[in-house]
Amino acid sequence: MPFKKFVEIGRVAYIADGPCQGKIAAIVNVIDQNKVLIDGPTSGVSRQAYPLKQMHLTNLSVKFPFNASTKVVRKELEANKVDEKWADSAWCQRIKAKAVRKSMTDFDRFKLRKAKSQRNRIVTIALNGKKKALRKAGKI
Amino acid sequence: AIRTKSLLSHTVNMDSQENRCPFQEYQIIGRKYPTPSEPNPKIYRMRIFAPNEVVAKSRFWYFVRKLKRVKKWKGEILDISLIEEEDKGTAKNYGIWLRFESRAGIYNMYKEFRDVTRCGAVHCCYSNMASLHCARGRHIQIIKIVELKDEDCKRPYIQQLHGPDLKFPMPHRRVRFAEKRYRTPFLRKRMNTWQ
Repeated sequence: MPFKKFVEIGRVAYIADGPCQGKIAAIVNVIDQNKVLIDGPTSGVSRQAYPLKQMHLTNLSVKFPFNASTKVVRKELEANKVDEKWADSAWCQRIKAKAVRKSMTDFDRFKLRKAKSQRNRIVTIALNGKKKALRKAGKI
Repeated sequence: AIRTKSLLSHTVNMDSQENRCPFQEYQIIGRKYPTPSEPNPKIYRMRIFAPNEVVAKSRFWYFVRKLKRVKKWKGEILDISLIEEEDKGTAKNYGIWLRFESRAGIYNMYKEFRDVTRCGAVHCCYSNMASLHCARGRHIQIIKIVELKDEDCKRPYIQQLHGPDLKFPMPHRRVRFAEKRYRTPFLRKRMNTWQ
């Protein structure tokens, strides 16, 4: 399988660990095998060296020159609407959903359980109605 | 020209990875106590990489004692200040000349490192020496550290990281979970190491 995501200048990465956890940033330069220089002016990440082990590459990438200044990086990120694309992506939605689920109180869990059972009841009644009709018609 | 900073105004920024480096760079200026026979002794200045001023001063006297025959108990430190890295936002190449005392003998070495700050490069150097040569910090003396342009780098492991077209994947990625409770030696399912 060929690789699709590369550590390269302009690659947007999600930061999974460390002081900037939960934010996205663009790779401005590669320092060495394990560290890159990142900058996320639109997402509140200051320009700094960051270990690759604490980052996950996204499939978003922008184009800016090698060692670009924060101003240029900001312009490119805004022009490519990286923040919106990230917020719309399934990955980001999943992270938000996980965060919501984790912060549920017992009352929230009760409400979720009740809502789920109501939905399942509607589905089951509809399904059983259809099964009954098909059985009557001799199709099952 | 180097930018020095008063030790009292040294603040730590916890919002970034800036301060993962255990070294700071200090400029220390000292001399022998003036005596009637020598009213204006020569003043020596050193740039020392150390975790704090106490260690920095100690190392200053260590080097001055070995190189210039001035001893701490006969001398005074005139000034000690923190040297801040001017540009922490670009990756730079550093050539480090060091003197290393191994079990077998004393060797000089030249190594290249890439980092954002001089202190970071020195930290890389100490880690590298520890891993490759079992060198303890006390056996390493940094003779010189110089920022190099890309063309002036000699080592292929540094030259390979140059250029705007550098691009590499992260194959066989072993993910380290951010939350400590997920970092166990045993997993229910085989982990996916793809990208």
